Amino acid sequence: MSSSVLKFENVSLSFDGVENVLDNVSLEMHAGDTLIILGAAGAGKTVMVKIALGLLGSTSGRITLFGQDVTKFTEPQWFTIRPRIGMLFQEGGLFDSLTIEENVAYPLVNRTKMTAEQAKPKVEEALKFVELGHTLDKFPSELSGGMRRRVGIARAAVSDPDLLLYDSPTAGLDPITANRIMALIIQEREIRNATSAIISHRFQDGHMMANFRYNPESKKLERMPEDSPLRQRTRFLVMHDGRIVFEGNERELDASRDPYVSKFSMHRSIH
Amino acid sequence: MFDFLKSPILTFQEFISLAGRATINIVRRPFYANDMMIQMDVIGVGSLPITVLIGFFSGAVMALQMSRALSQYGATGQVGQITAITLVREMGPVLTALLVAGRNASGIASELGSMKVTEQIDAMRALGTDPVKKLVTPRLLAMCCTLPLLTILADMIGIIGGFIVAVPMLRLTTTEQYWNNAWRSLEYNDIAQGLLKPLVFAFIIALVGCLYGIRTTGGTQGVGRATTQAVVVASVWIFVFTFLITRVFVNL
Ligand SMILES: Nc1ncnc2c1ncn2[C@@H]1O[C@H](COP(=O)(O)OP(=O)(O)O)[C@@H](O)[C@H]1O
Ligand SMILES: [Mg+2]
Repeated sequence: MSSSVLKFENVSLSFDGVENVLDNVSLEMHAGDTLIILGAAGAGKTVMVKIALGLLGSTSGRITLFGQDVTKFTEPQWFTIRPRIGMLFQEGGLFDSLTIEENVAYPLVNRTKMTAEQAKPKVEEALKFVELGHTLDKFPSELSGGMRRRVGIARAAVSDPDLLLYDSPTAGLDPITANRIMALIIQEREIRNATSAIISHRFQDGHMMANFRYNPESKKLERMPEDSPLRQRTRFLVMHDGRIVFEGNERELDASRDPYVSKFSMHRSIH
Repeated sequence: MFDFLKSPILTFQEFISLAGRATINIVRRPFYANDMMIQMDVIGVGSLPITVLIGFFSGAVMALQMSRALSQYGATGQVGQITAITLVREMGPVLTALLVAGRNASGIASELGSMKVTEQIDAMRALGTDPVKKLVTPRLLAMCCTLPLLTILADMIGIIGGFIVAVPMLRLTTTEQYWNNAWRSLEYNDIAQGLLKPLVFAFIIALVGCLYGIRTTGGTQGVGRATTQAVVVASVWIFVFTFLITRVFVNL
């Protein structure tokens, strides 16, 4: 069994006036796992990953990251563990006042002793990976929504984190751009070998993650063989009103008869 | 029963905690000197023209208002003193602060609010930067440096405005008497409260702007709400504090 990356034990969160935004959530991710978190808007998906990153505190429960209990971490302690996690924010989170190059270099320059010069090759590589090598001197406001998403992916991945969290990478994009983003995430998973969690409300995204891999030789996506270990390690999680209402692999998701859960499966039209 | 007090008390608590963190960060590394310079430019240089205008007209209108009252007592020679004292003690600091609150408490709240709703502040924390250090402290320092200077400028221009009304326009007194009178009337006490007030107001404006910006929720609409609230709250506190400070100085 590979090592535990992220573990939630009975994690709950209430805001002032909003009860149980997260309600007794337990989950665990091991190194190399892919977790696909599905759920309607307001289900608590963003809140959950922000707790994993220490951007929000939990009201109760226990959170473990890389085997370390982080439940009671202070902000300076969080600063020591966050470099191991890369996050793509739902709203982008790119710094308006910085160029694309400076944005992607930020995690390197800010957290390591690297200068902008030293970071440049890695930044260029990360941007070339998301096919945005030509945008170094542009500002985020000059790019399209899909391009900004890709810059966000480059920034999340540039420092080679052990855990990658993608908050709604395809939200608000047309299907073609959305598929391109998913292809990049699959490629990122293959090459960096990182543990990844992807939030989505589209069942297609989960289906792609669960069934395709990137072939570095042909440089193309290809269907995974039935017995591929990656397939075993891709799990689905469906959230509803702060609770996890389903957890399992794609076959189990497809087989679910629950009307809410089946909205997120390939065979939802049967019901 | 006292539920309606809960939200203001929580806000006040947040304000105090933000004020503490922002102030401690002044002496902690890293320093974002560049951000502070940019803010000084935005707040200080940006507010210059309007400070000059407001300062000039507040001094002019003071002299104009006082001309009638003073001539009733045959004391038109005192116009310099009255203009200088009201400007330095009260009008200069409060008007400048209200102006800067309108321009910059809103500016800060909307800038930080947009950063909040586009998750730039979350991203900052995720990428190893303390937003209080990077965003709040530079604004606080810049405000504390520039607002007293703007106030001094407003005071000076105001006294000149009063002069233009009192001497060339209404011939209430002579040039020499006006300036002598204005200069001599200012005591240590006046200068002290005239400089303490803008410093306190700077804290209020910068921190209220930052607090309402950082607390923004609810997308673009929320940014608009935060902006309005920041200006209203900062303005109210400016009046409360000018009263409190004056109360202290009156007895000295
Ligand atoms: N800072 C906050 N204060 C109060 N309520 C919040 C806050 N952040 C999120 N919520 C609430 O938590 C719930 C879950 O939000 P979120 O995790 O963003 O949903 P989603 O699954 O769409 O990402 C929503 O009802 C939202 O209104
Ligand atoms: Mg969300």
